[in-house]
Amino acid sequence: MYLLSGENITCGYSSVDILSNCTIGVKRGQIASIVGPNGAGKSTAMKAIFGLLGIRKGKIFLDGEDITNLQPQERVLKGMGFVPQTNNIFPSLSVQENLEMGAFIQAKNCENMLNYIYELFPILKDKRYQQAGELSGGQRQQVAVGRALMTSPKVLMLDEPSAGVSPIVMEGIFKKIKEIANQGTAILMVEQNAKQALTISDLGFVLNQGKNLFTDTGKSLLDNKEVRQAFLGG
Amino acid sequence: MDFLNGITLIANYIIIPGLTYGSQLALGALGITIIYTVLRFSNFAHGEFMSFGTMTSILLTWLFSNLGIKLGIFPTAILVLPIAILITIFYCLIIDKFVFKFYRQQKSKSVITLIVSIGVMFFSGGLIRFIIGPGDKNFFDGERFILKAKTFKALTGLNEGLAIKTTQGVTIILTILLVFLLFWFLNKTKTGKSMRAYSDNQELALLSGINPEKVVLITWIITGTLACVAGTLYGLDKSYKPFTYLHLVLPIFAAAIVGGVGNPVGAIIGGFVIAFSELFITFAYKKIFYYLLPYEIVPNGLLQILSTDYKIAVSFIILVLVLLIKPTGIYKGKVI
Repeated sequence: MYLLSGENITCGYSSVDILSNCTIGVKRGQIASIVGPNGAGKSTAMKAIFGLLGIRKGKIFLDGEDITNLQPQERVLKGMGFVPQTNNIFPSLSVQENLEMGAFIQAKNCENMLNYIYELFPILKDKRYQQAGELSGGQRQQVAVGRALMTSPKVLMLDEPSAGVSPIVMEGIFKKIKEIANQGTAILMVEQNAKQALTISDLGFVLNQGKNLFTDTGKSLLDNKEVRQAFLGG
Repeated sequence: MDFLNGITLIANYIIIPGLTYGSQLALGALGITIIYTVLRFSNFAHGEFMSFGTMTSILLTWLFSNLGIKLGIFPTAILVLPIAILITIFYCLIIDKFVFKFYRQQKSKSVITLIVSIGVMFFSGGLIRFIIGPGDKNFFDGERFILKAKTFKALTGLNEGLAIKTTQGVTIILTILLVFLLFWFLNKTKTGKSMRAYSDNQELALLSGINPEKVVLITWIITGTLACVAGTLYGLDKSYKPFTYLHLVLPIFAAAIVGGVGNPVGAIIGGFVIAFSELFITFAYKKIFYYLLPYEIVPNGLLQILSTDYKIAVSFIILVLVLLIKPTGIYKGKVI
């Protein structure tokens, strides 16, 4: 049973369907990745599940509850966190203010969560009074993930967390993602670096032309000859 | 002694008026900057909002004077300022509801909203002249000077007097207070931070659950307050004439751009840069040279770089120079 799932989603921009009858989900405490070639509809699937894009058919469930008609903000309150691919920080705000803004929607004090995030990303603690826009790509990504974690979501959705960072930084980010998942937060992510993503994923969804091509555990997808040849470069 | 006389002359005719006028411009430029960063358009109606605030202050001053309520040595306008601020905010919110909101929901380009704001400017100007008339209104009362030129002369024994008008003192103190409050609000409170977050990245602000309607509301509250205070102080210091405020938009925009568009600190610095440039360039230096140079070589002319009629041109020239040489302004702001 999925914790968060989009079932048989059909959606798109204007009249064109980008996704058709596509099912994606993640189980409690697990990592799930959406991989596939450019234009497969990976980011669109994320937007649809988070409610940034209306869907034409299908339903979205969180913890057994139908959340298809909820606004993104309401989904945040229900326990979803989303890190967009670009423009995912407030550049002129300090690191700490960025994190505080993540918890804006909550009435309760965010002190504990701040400490947890500084433990998870020690570098952010050192730079907490610096403007987030002055940080390096990898550090910005940490701010972005930290901001989304501030509401202690049940599911964290990451759109291309490794976009635009060096391979070494990327490795660090994947390590942190595993750490977050081990703490009990389910993770649903879209990744260009399919091989690395599938290595740490419990479940993988291979999309092509807006349809589910393969759905299997990360390991079996990596072993799958067809997937390897078509999407992982042999 | 002659040297001290020269210094006093400069303080009396340039420094104190410059600080006062600079404060008024800074408050105006702050209002424009806040609208520009949060609502993303250049608000040409800001001068008329200032005018509206001043008009409200004047009407309330008249009302209070008739009722016999006074504030001792201070002008009555200071007493009625809080009420005038509320009315100005209310006017801003009404204009927003019936005009700007539509263009915000249409996600119009900022140039279109700018043109809309010019419409609002003409409408507001007309409304104000309809209510209070186009003539000159002097609404100053109370004690005129904090420091009289005569008293200063008697105290120091100098030939030149230094006078500080009550309005000048009030302007500078109120400006410091207001600027301090504004920066405290923007940097220390949750709501202030959410406003900065909204101006930084609207999409992400929405995802974080920041309510845009609330941000817009607070933006107008701040703008209305700044406009009303800036306008009233300007009107108290000079005198109130609706058309003056139409011209005031130019130095205010120049201040905001010189300081760095969208940067509140820049807006304040810009206000003083413009104010002091206007005064330095249009001041007649004859008397200063009379004190500083031997009598025989003091020239006959007024030694004025430009006549005071060209005051407005000074801000124009600075504006053009800044846009040509350093379009980001003193503090790096957004380039338009």
